[in-house]
Amino acid sequence: MSTTGTGPDTGPMGAGAPGAAAGAGTGAAGTDATRAEVCVVACAEAWRGDGEILAAAMGTCSILGARLARLTFEPGLLTTDGGALLTAEPVPIGAPAGPVEGWMPFRDHLWLVQNGRRHVMMGASQIDRYGNTNISAVGDWARPKSQLLGVRGAPGNTICNPTSYWIPRHSTRVFVPRVDVVSGVGHDRAAELGGRASRFHGLRRVVTDLGVFDFGTPDGSMRLVSVHPGVEVEQVVAATGFDLVIDGDVPQTRWPTDGELRLIRERLDPKGLRDTEVRP
Amino acid sequence: MDKTMSIEEVVASLESGMTIGIGGWGARRKPMALVRAIYRSPLEDLTVVSYGGADVGLLCAAGKVRRVVAPFVTLDSIPLEPHFRAARQAGAVEFTEYDEGMFMFGLLAAAHRLPFLPTRAGLGSDVMRVNPELRTVRSPYGEAGQDGEELVAVPALALDAALVHMDRADIRGNGQYLGPDPYLDDLFVKAAARSYVSCERLVGPGGLDGPPQSLLVSRMHVTGVVETPGGGHFTESSRDGGPGGGPGGGPGGRPGGGRDEAFQRHYAAAAADPQAWAAFAGRFLSGDEAAYQEAVRRWHEEREEGTR
Repeated sequence: MSTTGTGPDTGPMGAGAPGAAAGAGTGAAGTDATRAEVCVVACAEAWRGDGEILAAAMGTCSILGARLARLTFEPGLLTTDGGALLTAEPVPIGAPAGPVEGWMPFRDHLWLVQNGRRHVMMGASQIDRYGNTNISAVGDWARPKSQLLGVRGAPGNTICNPTSYWIPRHSTRVFVPRVDVVSGVGHDRAAELGGRASRFHGLRRVVTDLGVFDFGTPDGSMRLVSVHPGVEVEQVVAATGFDLVIDGDVPQTRWPTDGELRLIRERLDPKGLRDTEVRP
Repeated sequence: MDKTMSIEEVVASLESGMTIGIGGWGARRKPMALVRAIYRSPLEDLTVVSYGGADVGLLCAAGKVRRVVAPFVTLDSIPLEPHFRAARQAGAVEFTEYDEGMFMFGLLAAAHRLPFLPTRAGLGSDVMRVNPELRTVRSPYGEAGQDGEELVAVPALALDAALVHMDRADIRGNGQYLGPDPYLDDLFVKAAARSYVSCERLVGPGGLDGPPQSLLVSRMHVTGVVETPGGGHFTESSRDGGPGGGPGGGPGGRPGGGRDEAFQRHYAAAAADPQAWAAFAGRFLSGDEAAYQEAVRRWHEEREEGTR
């Protein structure tokens, strides 16, 4: 795998073939977008306002979201090639880095977690109403029914960095009353630690294939922020194994703009990997 | 000063019951030739300390492991390691499960002869529950009339031996990496009482061309060095294929540096099924390293013929 300077020139920022793809001049922006494309934009929104920090992403729509945010409304973000290199410009998913602006081997990721200039969007095999998450094991930890990855960096990420989640398949298997192993720390656990120990803890948002969620409630439990176009609130409730906070009428997640769609389709993910993660 | 050893000599110098650190990360630049040699050795009762991949899986499959110390075990492009899963689900191995940063702090502590290092990572998570021996420590520096902050005291991950795989090394034991990431290999060798370096290509003193920053492992920390062309297979490695191969040349005619994804898929499928595993082990793991490399070469040949 090449490491420096050998990738294709990814072209000037935001350039797309004029007139190609993306709805021939329809009024409402991007209403022909697929669910995956809505998810990419919803993931991108997680990093809005973050400025000059590392957008650390896991999962296809999340990686695309970080790069899209950087190409559009959050140009200060730093993004990687999926490996140890900070790319000079966001590159297509899976493509070589091309020109680089920095080096971020695993050890430096781990130091950056401690340093704090990082907002991570992780996956979760289980998540509960307070945002505790599990990627370690299902069942009794001592002898699990299903051994998963291990806690990886989730404990440190959540206690040291703003954290969001991208969950491509929203279901009661994932959205559970209690997670079996707390890998990522939720609001109730953080509150128990007290204000000083948890002063860098912060769960920002959860994006799934059905909607967007946050924790903007008095006790830090999960709230439905928006449902994606074509999704009913009842559908989300039925796919969630705990009581969601739902305040009044739930708005729709915004459609991608035509410009965003062009960037996703023509620049960041021309091979359509997003559709293998969230089926059209 | 020549620390050259054979694979068999390295493994013969290890003992049952040891705590052994294995460098690399997941499915990247693992000292697989040495791991395969342990697989077929009489060693047992090992504690394996690793950012784990197929190294952990293979040793679990061979019943060599009493305890795994790791933040994860993964094949990267295949998220879950089948042998490790099976061992955990059967209750066959003990597990010390740390956060990735905690794990690095444990290595840092051992590498610098400290009993522990403090970090926030782990606070509030079940890492504290499943490792009841973990302690916290209060900072002696309070702020604004408050007590000092409570932090996790990660104990030193001291190793009896470390095994790392370099793209290139010299006969004195200096090791060089040519890929984009050093992983934590320098900490592994410093945290260990003895360290062994396997390498894709062995050169004479002064023969490690390239940026000085790529000289990751110093001979002052190295007991023995062994040349194992393709020794990182099937993990991502092989950035120096040696004479005829050159930088980037890989075994089996693969493009250099990359993980052998096809073979990894073959490994993972076999590992998930006892009968298939017996066949895999018979074909690839019953002989020495040269036999392994030859078996892999033939497997690729057959596969290519099959697709013609």
